Amino acid sequence: MSNIENGSVAVPAGVQLPIYMDNHATSQLDPRVLEAMLPFFTSKFGNAASRNHSFGWEAEQGVETAREQIARLIGATAKEIIFTSGATESNNLAIKGIAEMYKERGKHIITQVTEHKAVLDTCKRLEKSGYRVTYLPVKADGLIDLDDLKRAIDDQTILVSVMFANNEIGVVQPVAEIGKLCHERSVIFHTDAVQAVGKIPVDVNAMNIDVLSLTAHKLYGPKGVGALYVRRRNPRVQISAQMDGGGHERGMRSGTLNVPGIVGLGAACEIAREEMASEAARLTRLREKLKTKLESALDYIHVNGSMEHRLPGNLNMSFVYVEGESLLMGINEIAVSSGSACTSATLEPSYVLKALGLGDDVAHSSIRFGLGRFNNEAEVDYVADKLIDIVQKLRELSPLYEMVKEGIDISKIEWQAH
Amino acid sequence: MAYSDKVIDHYNNPRNVGQLDKSSSEVGTGLVGAPECGDVMRLQIKVNPDTQVIEEAKFKTFGCGSAIASSSLATEWVKGKTVDEAMQIKNTDIVKELSLPPVKIHCSVLAEDAIRAAIGDWKKKNGVSEAVGAEALAVR
Repeated sequence: MSNIENGSVAVPAGVQLPIYMDNHATSQLDPRVLEAMLPFFTSKFGNAASRNHSFGWEAEQGVETAREQIARLIGATAKEIIFTSGATESNNLAIKGIAEMYKERGKHIITQVTEHKAVLDTCKRLEKSGYRVTYLPVKADGLIDLDDLKRAIDDQTILVSVMFANNEIGVVQPVAEIGKLCHERSVIFHTDAVQAVGKIPVDVNAMNIDVLSLTAHKLYGPKGVGALYVRRRNPRVQISAQMDGGGHERGMRSGTLNVPGIVGLGAACEIAREEMASEAARLTRLREKLKTKLESALDYIHVNGSMEHRLPGNLNMSFVYVEGESLLMGINEIAVSSGSACTSATLEPSYVLKALGLGDDVAHSSIRFGLGRFNNEAEVDYVADKLIDIVQKLRELSPLYEMVKEGIDISKIEWQAH
Repeated sequence: MAYSDKVIDHYNNPRNVGQLDKSSSEVGTGLVGAPECGDVMRLQIKVNPDTQVIEEAKFKTFGCGSAIASSSLATEWVKGKTVDEAMQIKNTDIVKELSLPPVKIHCSVLAEDAIRAAIGDWKKKNGVSEAVGAEALAVR
C-alpha cells in the first residue's frame, strides 16, 4: 500500500499550502477592512462616548458610519443596531433580554434542534428558571416544518428563535415564512443570522425579523465584535440589559465600544453589500465543481442537508466507511472540519447531523467544506483530487468498505458497542 | 490534535494490511468495535498448528489515525509470538509505544480486544480451551 499522506496528488501552480476552506468557523480579514480599521488603533483612539472633544467625536463618527453600513446591509435603520462582542453575546442578550422583558406576557419560547449552542444552551438555562422551551425537530433536509411551528405557538409564546443558515450544513431556513407566522401571532422573531449576513440577501422588513444576531469575523471582518438588530417600529421590541454599566447602546448593552472592531464590521458589511451577488455566484460555481468532482470519482458519498436551500459556499458530505478524523489527518494541509466524534471535545458526533436522522456511522464520516472569498478554482481542484486520493486509500484499509463491496449487509452484524 | 511521529508513521505506512482466508482452520479472525462508535478493527492471525506460533497477521481498520496505528502495531507485535505470548500484549504497551493521549486510550483497548478476539476464534476452531492456554503459560 502506498504512502497515505504524501500521496500521488501534485500541488498545482497557483495553490499555496495550507489551504483554508473552513469559512464557517471564521474567515480571513479582508485587507480593505484592515485598512479601514488601522487609524482607529492609532491616531483616532478616542472613546466614542466622550462628547466634549474631537477625539471622542472622531471615534463616534467611525461608529455611526459603521452603524449605517450594517443597517443598510440588512434593510434596517442605524438606530436599530446595538454593538456587542460577537454573536454569542448577541444571542444571549436577545433571548435572555426578551425572556426577562416579556415574562409577564408569557414564558414560552420556541427554537429548533440544530441551533448553535449559544442559542440552545441559553434556552436550557432559561428552562431552569421556569421558562418552557419547545425544540422543533428538523426534516431530513435540515429545515423545520412550518406546520410544526404553527402548532407549537400558543398564547404563552413570547419568542421564536430560529437560525437563518446553519453553521454545519449551510441550510437556509424559511425565514420569511417564519417571520410572517410570528407577526400574525404577535410573537417576537429572533434569528441567529451569523452565517447568512453578507452571504445571501437579508431584509429585516421584508422577512418580518424583529431581532437578529450577526458577527464580523464570519464576513471577513475582525473577531470580537458583533451586533444585534432590535426592531424599533411595528412592533417596537424591548430588551432587558444583561450587564449593568454606563448605559451605552440605548441602555441595552453597557461597555465602552470597541471602536476599531466596529469600524471593521461596518467596512466588512459595506464590501459584502457591494460584492454579495457576484461572490455568491462564484462560490456556488466552485461548490458545485467540488461536489461534481467528488461524486464522479467516489461511491458511497452523499450530501448532508438540502442542496436547494443552502449557503453558496457550503458543502457537507459524508464519505461513508471512512472515519472523519482519519480523513482530516490525510489532508492535513487543507483546513476543513468534520462531524466526527473524534474531532470534538465531547467525543459525540455532530448533533446537527444526528438531527437529520443520520446514523452515527455516517456522522462520523462527514466533512464540512466552507468556501469563501479568498478561495480560487485551482484550490478547489486540488482539494477534490487530494480528497479522492485519500478516501480511496482509507477505503482500502476499511473493513466496512470491503464487506459492503462483498455484498455483506453490515447493518445486520451484531456489533459490540464499546 | 497533534499526533506522535509513530502514529503518523503507522498511518502513512500501515503494516500488514489485508485479509487472510477466514475459513482456514489455521486462521483466527477478530472483528471488534462498531461503526456507530467510529471504529471497527478486523485483525486476523495465521497460526502454525505445530508450534502455535503466529506466522502471519493482517488487519483492516475503520477509525481515526490512532485506531489505525494501534491495529497496525498490533499486527507487528503478534507476528512471531506464540498465541499465549500474544495474549499477554496489553493495551498500555500500545499506549506507551504510540504515545497516545488519554482521549485515544480506547483505540489501544480495541486493539487488545482485537488480538484476543482473533486468538479466541482460532482456539474455538481448533478446540483449544482457555484452560490449556493458561496452563501452558504457567509452565513457561
